This record gives sequence, C-alpha cells and structure tokens, in this order.
Amino acid sequence: MADLTTQLGSLTLPNPVLTASGCSAAGRELGQFFDVSRLGAVVTKSIMTRPRSGRPTPRMAETPSGMLNSIGLQGPGIDSFIENDLAWLAEQGARTVVSIAGGHTDEYVALARKLSGHPAVSMIEVNISCPNVESRGQVFACDPIASSRVIGAVRRAADPAQPVFAKLSPDVTDLVFIARACADAGADGFSLINTLLGMVIDTDTMAPALGGITGGLSGPAIRPVAVRCVWQVKKALPHLPILGMGGIRSGLDALQFILAGASAVSVGTAVFGDPNAPVRVLDELDAALDERGFASLADAVGYAHRDPAERLSPASGRYPHPAAAEAAAQ
Amino acid sequence: MSPVQETAEILSVQRAGDYYHFTVVAPGIAQHAKPGHFVAVGVGGENTSMILRRAFALYGATPSGQFAGTVQFVVAEHGAGTRWIVQRQAGESLDIVGPLGTPFPVPSGPSPAVLVGGGYGTAPLIPLAQQLLDAGSPVEILLGAATASRLFGELVAKRMVGAVTVLTDDGSAGQQGLVTDALPAAIERIKAEVVYACGPMGMLRAVGDIAREHAIHAQVAVEESMACGIGVCMTCVLPVRGDDGRTRFLRSCVDGPVFDAARIRWSDVGTLPPDLVGADAMGGH
Repeated sequence: MADLTTQLGSLTLPNPVLTASGCSAAGRELGQFFDVSRLGAVVTKSIMTRPRSGRPTPRMAETPSGMLNSIGLQGPGIDSFIENDLAWLAEQGARTVVSIAGGHTDEYVALARKLSGHPAVSMIEVNISCPNVESRGQVFACDPIASSRVIGAVRRAADPAQPVFAKLSPDVTDLVFIARACADAGADGFSLINTLLGMVIDTDTMAPALGGITGGLSGPAIRPVAVRCVWQVKKALPHLPILGMGGIRSGLDALQFILAGASAVSVGTAVFGDPNAPVRVLDELDAALDERGFASLADAVGYAHRDPAERLSPASGRYPHPAAAEAAAQ
Repeated sequence: MSPVQETAEILSVQRAGDYYHFTVVAPGIAQHAKPGHFVAVGVGGENTSMILRRAFALYGATPSGQFAGTVQFVVAEHGAGTRWIVQRQAGESLDIVGPLGTPFPVPSGPSPAVLVGGGYGTAPLIPLAQQLLDAGSPVEILLGAATASRLFGELVAKRMVGAVTVLTDDGSAGQQGLVTDALPAAIERIKAEVVYACGPMGMLRAVGDIAREHAIHAQVAVEESMACGIGVCMTCVLPVRGDDGRTRFLRSCVDGPVFDAARIRWSDVGTLPPDLVGADAMGGH
C-alpha cells in the first residue's frame, strides 16, 4: 500500500483522486453509489453568482471515445449552492474543491469572497476556460492578460488558507505562456485541462447536433492532449502543483497523469458511464503504484521527467514495470 | 431507494416484432423497481469507444423467483450502441445501473385510467396496468405505432385488460390512424380520471392536450437523450413549470422521466424561453 497522501499547494489530501467539475454535480447523486468522503475531494460543478438556466437542448452528442456537451453552466447560484450543496458535502465529511465561473473579474471576486472562511471549502478552482459561454473562443484562458487579471483578483480576494487553482484550456497556441501568466498573478496551481471546443453535424437534419452549436469535447479521446498539457506545464513550472484531468477511465490512465507531473487527478466523463469510476480508479491507481514499487504517490509525481538512467536504475528502488520488479526479486 | 450498479446475466433475449425483449438477473435493481423506473445499460464492453450508457424503461421486475431477482426491458435497435446490446445472447452479462428516475404516480384508490403507448413506449405501461388493476382501477390500453412490426405488448395487454385498441399509421395492424385519435372516446367510455402515456414527444404532447380538454391529468414518460441517467450531467433537461408557476430546466433522468404533461412547455423544448429561471443570467457572456 503506497502512501497516497498528496499536496495541492497548502492543501493536504489523503489520496489523489477527485471528481471533475461539471461531471459530478455537487456529489450528492454519486453519494448513492459510494461514500464521497473516500475521495481526495469532490470538485463541484462551476458555480456562478446568480441562478443560471444553461443552454437549450440538445446538450449532448456522443463522439468516438468521448462526448460533446453544451450545458452552459446551468446552476443554482452561489447562495443556494452554499446553503444546500456545500452543507450536504460538509455533512458527509467530504473535502470540497469549489469551481467558480464568471463573466467578468468582479463576479469571480464576489464568489471568492462568499467562499472565504467557509470551513467546507478546501480549495478554489477558477474556471476561466469553459467553452460554453457566449464569447466562445474568447474565454479568459485564451488571453494571458485576462487570465492573469482574474487569477490575481481571486487570489487577493480568496481566503489565504484556500489554494487557488487556474483551470486552463488546451485550445491555445502556447499553454505554458498562459500558465506562466497565471503563476505570476499568484495561482497556487493548475487544473489541466478543460474540454476542447468541438462540433458535430447531424447528417439526418444536416444541422449542428447541439443546441449551442459548438460544445466541449471530453472523454478518453482528449486524454493524450491532457497528458501533453500536464507534461509541458510541469516541465516549465515544476514548483507548482497540477490537478490533472481529461479522459481518465482507469487507474493506469490516472498514473499517466501522475507520471507526467500531476499531484492529483479528476475523474470526469467516466462517471457518466460508470458512477463508481472515481473509487474504482483510486483502487486501481493504488495497485498500479504498488506494482511499480512506489512507496508513495509523491515519489511517482513527475517521474516520467527523470532522465532514463535514473528512471530505470534498480537502485532507485523502483522499476519500469512489474515484470522487471519480479525479475529483480528472484 | 438508491440505484445500484450490477453485472447482470442475460437470462433470455426474445424478438418481439422489431424489438428485443431482455430478461436479466439483477436482484438489487428488481428489489426496488416500480413502473416508470428505467435502467441504464453499458454498451460495447470494457475498452469500448462508446462511453455513455443507453437508457431503457423497465418492462417488468420480479424481485424473487427461480433465478433470484430479474428485470425486463425492451430494446429498439437504432444505432451502434443498441446494436451491440441486441447482439448479446443469453448467458452473457450486461453492466446495468438502476432503478433510475421517478416512477409513475398512482392514485391512492381505484381510479379509471387510459394508458397510451407508442411503439416500445408501451413497455413501462404494462407493469403500470398491472399495478392499477391490482388497486381495482378500470384500465383501457391504446397501442400505436408506425407499422405492425413496431407495435409492442399487444398480446400481453389483451391478456391483462379486455379493452385494448390498436392503431397504426399505415393500417397494417388494428385501425389506421394515430393512437391519440382513439383517446377522447376511451376517456369518455370509462370516465377516466387520469391518462398515462409513454412514446415519442409529439404523441405525449397530443395526449397532454386531449387530457386537458377533458380536465384530467396526463402523466407522461419522456425519452430524452441523456449521458449519465443519474442526475449529474445536466444534458437531459426539459422546460417544466413548478408549483410556484416558474419554469426551470429539470432533469428528465431524476425529476422525470414521468412528468405531468401540463407542466411541460412542449413548444419551448429545444429553446431557451426568456422567462425560464436563470435565463437572464445567460446574456452578456
């Protein structure tokens, strides 16, 4: 049993598997399948200041190894969220990462203030990259100045005890450039990645399949893009922790993110196909770390960045795969 | 009642016209299943590229018996996912989550009811008919489909209640016409106090209109496209009026699939009505 404890900035979590924003509502529905306090944390669906209807239907289209969604951040607004959802999560003893979204900097700041000092809030994930907003393609996370302004303002307004993570979009020319701008503005870490902007056309109606025309692509189809993003940001900004996500369906998928440099992972779209996916991924990741001889999760974070000689050396106490470990044991 | 996820052995697969009638061993689901509940079935096997479940209304549930608890559902093949399901054989297993959704509300005492099924939408109405009959309610059943092979449940419906009317668009079975053509007469015949329906949206809307003309309620089970079936993804929403008179996007998977037809704003489905709660927050960004 590897030590699964992990750190996201000042926050210590008992294990590195979380839900993903927008894929588990506020945890209550998943609570019918497993105890949500077993997870590293529950990451709640992005909340805004006011109740929000979301976009018209159809809101979903299945794609090869993935899906497009155009929900448009339907939600009850921050006050109802705190009163109902956060209260429920606190009752369960669940650690909670609250994802916040807004149309302008002031809205993010107002949300951070409302969450300040709330004992149930472990961390804030700042969604500056949802593709399902009116100015699609012009999301904050596509512009280093806009990103930096929002992240800086949230960091100043938020409770100092609550780490602030910037959730970034892969739909940019240079992700590291954006990440650096967020880091300079005070981000405590990064959530990588949000969905990719995509589109499906229904060949029967010969019109866009989604009511919102475009939508966010998620699921295993985007996993290699996500692993690449984690790798690049870890390499450029090794001192900042990363919460990795994008198409994680198994423990080995999660391990890819860890080895690429993520300190924790979010299991998102997989929940739609398997409501028990987060706890299953946790168990599988635990076993996968053991099989590779890692005494702790922390030892595995970013391991793929090490040079080959160090990585493959039996003296490291770790081995590239179980077969090698077995051979060494004989 | 909480839904459970079960690996369910297929006991039998029977062809029924264009449909496939599955009976699977799922004691945890069978134990709490009620008419109107549905199940969500994983498709494609472990490494499939089809990542979402397919939802099917329960056709029956036997909590205990020779094979422990079983549930039944009916599958229409209309895509790669349902094609994978209908190619399964007895002895193989399916990954099933259920029971899901909110079942049909039933009156506390005997109450005459007309049940209207379109295509395989008849499936959840059969166990509902049994429940109503057991409570002493007179029941009439109207079955409709585009063509004879797309009718479902005619024989079992006739065994349960004498009064079954069949209509097809092309006249290949029963009378020619829409199933809703026969609804006003059926309501009047048994002095129905409620109508239950499951089928395509156009039919459900028409059922709702006819029920309102007769000043009775229509409880309709919708079939909206959904990703998760458990209430977390927010894709299957419909504009539904609440007790406070305000309209919200409600999830058909947990708030439905059964709704009072008069509460659904049918003509606004697929749009964002400006008076919807939270619609005002959509502008500007």
